[in-house]
Amino acid sequence: MAVAETTRRQRLGEFWSDFARSKVAVLALAVIAALLFLAFACEWVAPQDPYDLRNLDWGDAFLRPGAVGSGGYTHMLGTDNVGRDMFSAILYGLRTSFIIGLSAGGLALTVGIAVGLTAAYFGGRTEAVLMRVVDLQLSMPAILMALVLVAVLGSGVAQIVLALVVAQYAYFARTTHGAATVERRKDYIEAARSTPLPTRRVLFRHLLPNVMPPLIVVATVQVAAAIALEATLSFLGVGLPLTEPSLGSLISNGFRYIHTDRTWLSLYPGFALMITVVAINLVGDQVRTVLDPRQNR
Amino acid sequence: MIAFILQRLMQSVLVVFAMSVIVFVGVYAIGNPIDVLIDPGATQAIRDALIERYGLDQPLWQQYFTFVTNVAQGDLGRSMVYNVPVTTLIFSRLPATLELVLVAMAIATLLGVPLGIWAGYKPESFSAKAIMAFSILGFSVPTFWIGMLLIMGFAVNLGWLPSGGRGPVGEFLGVPTSLATAQGWSHVILPAVNLSLFKMGLMIRLTRAGMVEAMRADYVKFARAQGLSELEVVFGHVLRNISIPIVTVFGLELGSTLAFAVVTESVFNWPGVGKLIIDSILQLDRPVMVSYLVMVVILFVLINLIVDIVYARLDPRVRLKGEE
Repeated sequence: MAVAETTRRQRLGEFWSDFARSKVAVLALAVIAALLFLAFACEWVAPQDPYDLRNLDWGDAFLRPGAVGSGGYTHMLGTDNVGRDMFSAILYGLRTSFIIGLSAGGLALTVGIAVGLTAAYFGGRTEAVLMRVVDLQLSMPAILMALVLVAVLGSGVAQIVLALVVAQYAYFARTTHGAATVERRKDYIEAARSTPLPTRRVLFRHLLPNVMPPLIVVATVQVAAAIALEATLSFLGVGLPLTEPSLGSLISNGFRYIHTDRTWLSLYPGFALMITVVAINLVGDQVRTVLDPRQNR
Repeated sequence: MIAFILQRLMQSVLVVFAMSVIVFVGVYAIGNPIDVLIDPGATQAIRDALIERYGLDQPLWQQYFTFVTNVAQGDLGRSMVYNVPVTTLIFSRLPATLELVLVAMAIATLLGVPLGIWAGYKPESFSAKAIMAFSILGFSVPTFWIGMLLIMGFAVNLGWLPSGGRGPVGEFLGVPTSLATAQGWSHVILPAVNLSLFKMGLMIRLTRAGMVEAMRADYVKFARAQGLSELEVVFGHVLRNISIPIVTVFGLELGSTLAFAVVTESVFNWPGVGKLIIDSILQLDRPVMVSYLVMVVILFVLINLIVDIVYARLDPRVRLKGEE
C-alpha cells in the first residue's frame, strides 16, 4: 500500500511539472481558483444579496460604475435597470454558472462512463444499439438538443442540468467506449476476467482507471461547454429568469441597452463569462497536451 | 453493398420515426397553447371552435397519426401564430439562413485552412501559438457574447456596419438573396463572421493536426529530396493528403452550422429559420416547433447516412462488416 502511495504521489508530481511548462495554463488555473473562491464566498464578498428584492431600490437604477448608491457603498460595476448591484449579481451569477456546469459535467461523466463501459464490456447487440444512439446524438449540435429539452422540461436550475446531461453524456460515452475497447483486448483484462472476480469489480477497479486520462480532458472541456450552454439558453430566454441571476440572464438583460451608453450592463457579466470559460478551456488544453504527448511533439 | 445501404436506410427510417414520436410527445408536454393563443376574454364558443380546428380535443396518438399522415402528403400543418402553412413559413425563412451559413462556412474555410497550414508548418513559432490561442477563443467563447461585442464595436461605436436585420434583398438566379446588393453584404458580414468563428477554430485545429502529422511522413522527405520548393511540397503534396478529413468535416459541419445559426440569428435579429424556432418555442407555436425539429432530425440522419455510405465505399473494412 505504501509503495502504491509513493508512486501515485510521484506521478502527480510528474504531471504537475509537465503541466507547469505552460505559464498560461498555470495562470488560467489560478484564475479558476480565484473565481471559484469568489463565487462560493459570494454571500460574504458581495455587498448586496441580489436574490432579495427588498434590497433593490428603484432610485439606484442605472448608476455608473464607481457611483455610491442609497446603500452607502460603492457600486464598483454599476447597477442595472432595477438598481441591482452588478458586482454582487455577477458573483451570484458566477456561482449559479459553476453549480450548473460542475453538476451537469459530473452527472454527464457518470452516465457517459456507465454507457460506454457497458457497451465496450458486453459488446454484441448491446454495444451496437448503445453506440448507434450515442453517435446519432453526437452528430447533432449540443445547443439544439439542450434547446429542445429545456423547451420541453421548462426553465429552472434542475431542468437545465438535466437537459445539459442528456445533451453532453454522449461525449463521455464515446470517449469511454473508444478507450475501453482498446483496453479490453489487453492481457490484464483477460487475466482479471479469468479470475472469479465479479464483473463489477473488473469494470471499475481494473478497466476504469485505465480509461480515465482521456475522460479528464473531456470533462474539463465539457464543464466549460455546460457553463457556456447555460448562458446561451438564458440569453435566448429559455434558461433562468433574472430573479435567479445567472451570467447568461444578466447579459441578456444588458443586451436590451446595447444601443445606449449603458454598456456596463452587458460588458462586465460578459467578461466574467468569457474569462471563466476560456480559463477552463486553457487548463483542459494543457492537460490534453500532457496526457497525450503525440499531440504537440 | 446494396444490403449495407438497405440496412442503414432501414435504421435511418426507424430513427426518424422514433425521434418524431419523442419530439411530438415532448412538445405536447409543454404548456397549453390555447391559453397562450386565445384572449382570456374570448367566449367559450370561440375557444371550442379553435380547439376543434387545431385538433387539440383528440387523444395524443390520434393527433400524432393525423400529423404523420399529413406530413406524408407534404402538409406540415399551420402555424398557430402566423396562421400560414408551416411549409410556406419555413421555406420563406430558409434562404436567409442558407446565405448566412454559406458565407460563414466560406469565411471559416478560406481563413481557417491557411491559418491551420501555417500553424502546423511552424508549430513552435510565436505566430503559430497565437493562431492556436485564437482557435481556443473561437471554440470556447459563447457565440452570443462575441456577437454582442461585434455589434458594440462595429455597429454602435464605429458605426461602420448595421447592427441587425437582413437589409435589402435582391434577386440572384431567381433566388431572393441579400448577397446581390452591397447594402445586403453590409448586413451579412457581422453575423456571418460571428457564426464562422467556432467553425474557424475547428478548421484551424483540424488542418494543423493533419499538417504536423504529414510533415513527418516519408513522402515529404522524398519530395524535398527531389528539390521541390517548400510551397510545392505543402500545396502539391501535403495539402492533397490532408484534404479528405477537411472536406468530411466541412460537410458534417454544414448541418450543425444550420443549427448554430439559432444563436447568431437571435443576436442579430436575422429573419431566418433559427429565429423562427426560438420565437415558436417562446410562443408555444407547436406545429412550427414539431416540423422544424423533425426536419432537422431528417437532415442529420441523411447526412449520417451519406457519410456512412461514402466511408463504406472508401474503406473495405466497413463494407465487409456490414455484409456479414
